[in-house]
Amino acid sequence: MFTPDIFNFMKPKNELEKQGEWLETHPYVPDELWVKCPSCKNMLLTSDLEDNMKVCSKCGHHFRINARYRINITVDDGTFEEMDSELTSKNILDFPDYSQKLQKAKISSCENESVICGTAEIDRSRTVICVMDSSFMMGSMGTVTGEKITRAFEYATENSLPVIVFAVSGGARMQEGILSLMQMAKTSGAVKRHSDKGLLYITVLTDPTTGGVTASFAMEGDIILSEPKALIGFAGPRVIEQTIRQKLPKDFQTAEFVLEKGFIDAVVSRKDMKKTLSELLKLHEKEGNR
Amino acid sequence: MSAIDRVNAARANNRPTSIDYITKIFGDSFFELHGDRRFGDDKAIVSGIARLNGLPVTVIGIEKGRNLNERMERNFGMAHPEGYRKALRLMKQAEKFRRPVICFVDTSGAYCGIGAEERGQGQAIAENLMEMMTLKTPILSILIGEGGSGGALALAVADEVWMLENAVYSVISPEGCASILWKDAAKTAEASECLKMTSQDLFSLGVIERIIREPKDLDSKLFDGLKNLISQTVRKKLEQPVDTLLDNRYNRFRRLGQDFVTQDDAPTDTE
Repeated sequence: MFTPDIFNFMKPKNELEKQGEWLETHPYVPDELWVKCPSCKNMLLTSDLEDNMKVCSKCGHHFRINARYRINITVDDGTFEEMDSELTSKNILDFPDYSQKLQKAKISSCENESVICGTAEIDRSRTVICVMDSSFMMGSMGTVTGEKITRAFEYATENSLPVIVFAVSGGARMQEGILSLMQMAKTSGAVKRHSDKGLLYITVLTDPTTGGVTASFAMEGDIILSEPKALIGFAGPRVIEQTIRQKLPKDFQTAEFVLEKGFIDAVVSRKDMKKTLSELLKLHEKEGNR
Repeated sequence: MSAIDRVNAARANNRPTSIDYITKIFGDSFFELHGDRRFGDDKAIVSGIARLNGLPVTVIGIEKGRNLNERMERNFGMAHPEGYRKALRLMKQAEKFRRPVICFVDTSGAYCGIGAEERGQGQAIAENLMEMMTLKTPILSILIGEGGSGGALALAVADEVWMLENAVYSVISPEGCASILWKDAAKTAEASECLKMTSQDLFSLGVIERIIREPKDLDSKLFDGLKNLISQTVRKKLEQPVDTLLDNRYNRFRRLGQDFVTQDDAPTDTE
């Protein structure tokens, strides 16, 4: 029987791989020590995966990560100052079961909303940063999501700061009805005012970015980046298949597909993201500030 | 009338479409302009220039078609990205000549298909939202039938948004909502209540400025009244300084959805 012990981490790589195979044929996996890559099906050591920014070392698959983790690997240590963290939605329309769903989302994600906003430094360049979280109702855009993003843009406009948004979203939050739809217009207005002041806005699309978020601020960046293989689209693949009654081609709506069609600027891997953002920020700084 | 009755009325085959409104309100003065200058001409969007009691205006409508042939030709009023880009081209033109823009919205939603995704449906809608917010000329949007999500909003970032009494406007169709939330299409009627999508609901929520009462038959009485109302409204907006107009437009959307709570006041028991 395989027993997890600390020396496993120090064994040579091929040894570990063998164990991976062994584990695949045996049902017992010690809790949370190993993770199976959903893309290449290899077994990965959780600790290795953590060290590798949750990117599969075998095939480069980018695991979904939560917003706090994203902030940790993106900004300089100790520079993130959160804004409006206390804002949270209420059940404005008295939508059935919504209050309970909100409560559940708060508990499972440990966040108050589907986006975290604040200021931070990336290689000492100051920026406003908004990071969406897929573990909060699949990053759906409710009124508070829209409000927080709008406030972040207004703050950036007032203080002449760039904005970086990491998008991940299943779309508008239907439990908030028309008011969630209105957030698309509201955030777009704030983006436009920021843009008209000559300030930089970078969006990073991550898996998945769809619906009302794609059709508003996610696609409004001066520069639009994406993580590899992220699903990016307006309508979700299932909805399209139901509409056109045929199977979608492979790789349809991936970051690489959207890049080829001309709708994003570059696909950047997670390990290169901080460096890329840092360089882009510095390219847009006034000379005196450097 | 229940919400589902209004959904059905908004979708009724004999309901006037954008072309009916354009013909009845602008008559022969309407001159249709085609194409987005980038890809093609989307027939789901009818647009052009016209006179309104003498005043030159830009008119943009989403057209569902009035019979089966027309509906096929118009893709049932579901626009592709090139449709939204055509609309934006005409809005920019209207801005240049400082003509008010009048939009008639009637769509189940932006089209979901391979071509629409390949040509950037999300980007096209996003660009309209952004550009309309600072378009330096008055915009008035009237929802005459269905207002389906982002595909409707892409023509409804306006200084005022009006709705016909039996029009509906929603973030998702009640069918879609029922199937996602309850995996049960039979709950469509219930979903349409929950979504608060009728003109009265939206007026209460502060999303629209005006409800246009519908006479029994949507006849000339409606169109004449509407024509005068549009004319008065856009003339008044034209007199406003552009900065005021744009500030008001920004704040119109800015204030929507501020009914949140801070974590400390949040109710802890959720029944």
